[in-house]
Amino acid sequence: MLNTERSPITGKRVQLMATCLCDAFYDDVAAATVEVLEHLGVTVVFPEGQTCCGQPAFNGGDWTASRRVVRHTVRTFAGEDPVVVPSGSCAAMMFHGAVLEFEKESDLPEVAALGRRTWELADFIVNGLGVKTWPGSYPATVAFHRACHTRGTASGEAALALLGSIAGLKLAQFGEGEQCCGFGGTFSVSFPNISSAMGDLKLEHMRAANPDVVVSGDMSCMMHLGGLAAKEGKPVKTLHLAQVLRDALKTAKA
Amino acid sequence: MRFQPIDQYSAGLKADTRASVYQSTKSTHEKRTKLLFDQFADPDRLRELAGEIKQHAIENLDTYLPQVEARLKANGAQVHWAGTAESACATVLKIMRDRGATKMVKAKTMVSEEIELAHFLEQHGLEALETDLGEFIVQIDDDHPSHIVRPIIHKNRREIATSFEREGLGAYNDDPGTITRRARHFLRHKYLEADVGLTGANFVSAESGRIVLVTNEGNSRFCLAATKCHIVLVGIEKIVPRDCDLSILLNLLGRSGTAQDLTVYTEFISGPKAPTQPDGPEEMHVIFVDNGRTEVLASDCREILRCIRCGACLNVCPVYRQASGHAYRSVYPGPVGAVLSPLLMKDKFPQKADLPKASSLCGACNEVCPVNIPIPDLLLRLRNRAKEENVPSPGTPPMGAWALMASQPTAWKAALAGGKLLDYVPTKLIPVPALQAWADKRALPTWRGGEFRKWLRQRAK
Repeated sequence: MLNTERSPITGKRVQLMATCLCDAFYDDVAAATVEVLEHLGVTVVFPEGQTCCGQPAFNGGDWTASRRVVRHTVRTFAGEDPVVVPSGSCAAMMFHGAVLEFEKESDLPEVAALGRRTWELADFIVNGLGVKTWPGSYPATVAFHRACHTRGTASGEAALALLGSIAGLKLAQFGEGEQCCGFGGTFSVSFPNISSAMGDLKLEHMRAANPDVVVSGDMSCMMHLGGLAAKEGKPVKTLHLAQVLRDALKTAKA
Repeated sequence: MRFQPIDQYSAGLKADTRASVYQSTKSTHEKRTKLLFDQFADPDRLRELAGEIKQHAIENLDTYLPQVEARLKANGAQVHWAGTAESACATVLKIMRDRGATKMVKAKTMVSEEIELAHFLEQHGLEALETDLGEFIVQIDDDHPSHIVRPIIHKNRREIATSFEREGLGAYNDDPGTITRRARHFLRHKYLEADVGLTGANFVSAESGRIVLVTNEGNSRFCLAATKCHIVLVGIEKIVPRDCDLSILLNLLGRSGTAQDLTVYTEFISGPKAPTQPDGPEEMHVIFVDNGRTEVLASDCREILRCIRCGACLNVCPVYRQASGHAYRSVYPGPVGAVLSPLLMKDKFPQKADLPKASSLCGACNEVCPVNIPIPDLLLRLRNRAKEENVPSPGTPPMGAWALMASQPTAWKAALAGGKLLDYVPTKLIPVPALQAWADKRALPTWRGGEFRKWLRQRAK
């Protein structure tokens, strides 16, 4: 999955791919992403025509439908600026999934080019901009869930480095951290029993570490885990990495 | 509401079975990871290298298969080619009939499961006894293996003790040592009575014609020591170019499969008994089985033929852990099976087109695979193939209308506004199966469609 062929970062302007989940449910995550990037001196441009990365149809096997959405995304994110996305999953869709489903298409080069300049947020901060530590404090025990689509990428380490550098933030250790939360896109609705059993196990491991908050770079995992916990009447506080970074910044500025 | 067959199977799984599968897979996976990372500076590089060797081998079978045939013949073995399961079974039958043989002792081989050899021989009045302890238990229970390496991972020792009592192997006793001793005692005589010993092959070297067999129980050795005729049943993809390739593959196989530096027995068999050797089979037959592999090789999922059947992907797979092996309705379960089993169905692919759906695409299988098979990519290709062939997929939401909406910003924005309905209308009243499947297990977050865009606009003012 590793996005090895990266276009170099020139200038300090990025296009924000907010993700469909943030567009529909998690506006504060997208807002936090903007604030975090602006704190780093980056100008954030939001292409208004954006919708979704195309992953639901890609994972569902309907590549014709998915390619339609990817083509729209390629048109929407035209230009040379890096595209930053607060989701390892959507980022992987752009630099890996889309390339796979365009293998036999004549516009593969355009799709691959977008993939080369697409960055997951933590990866962009740490490896794109070279920012290794984060100011401010966040006095809480955090269970960090590394989303599966960041396997083999630098995102997980980057997020942990940033979180670990925040004053007062304690990273909780919990069992089977490498295991999936069970979301899996359409998998969550076509395999609801297995999906929720996987999520329950993840929650069990996390709760054993008694965290104040569960944090991830992907809201899809959080929507699933948070939704399971809420449904069983034992809610868990979930946040996106960007929200923790933004909240820590507030203490630094205060 | 209709969901995927594997999900339904999992929902009905006995708590005991789920616990057996989970404990065993989790513990093996954790030991495997510790072993590899303690002992090697960069196990991932080793996996990549091993993958390259196997990929090279399967892409050059046209060179290596004739080469291995020549070597095997020079070594004194007879070589047979079986295009189909039927032809492989018929070849074994003919070899046995030609020798007037009636009793076979079998070591564990997945290909024999694939071609359903034991049942075939029994139907023809011949005895085929499984000698691997797990396979033996599967056989007396008339069950099916549920794991590539651990056929009875779904059973606990109490169930096994009950089966042994039923088969007259002694009064109920669920002590694992006693169970093993009783099986050993029963099997010892069977080896001596048998005419033919059948094994699989983990690898076959094209360079030397050596058959490589790994076991932990030594049963394959007994099969060969006690019988006069050795039949090797092997898939055509098991070829490796050189003997020295075995160093990396054997190093990875034991560690990946059972978290062992090396399996207890590793045998290199160069041919039948030489005149100077005091014992061993005087006749050796190697049957190369295709049974759909050539079609797999021609497909865009050919990487799956690198598989060395270690079972690491099953052990790490969260879906396998919840569903157990029988959920896959196939000889090859788990992530590798979800790719290989539908492909081996050839034109009956639709019957198993649901298997590639049984994955959250988490990629853990790829991360542990000793030959670095990109299993998630292959699962995705097969999902696409199922869609192209219009195979129904229960529970998978249709994507056409969504794609139209997600490629037209105006429609998208309208949907962002319209989604607000979700907050007011009870989910049960909204006839979208995916939404109900979600809401049955999980709370839906509050709809905030378009709020971020609003926030951006206000800031810009």
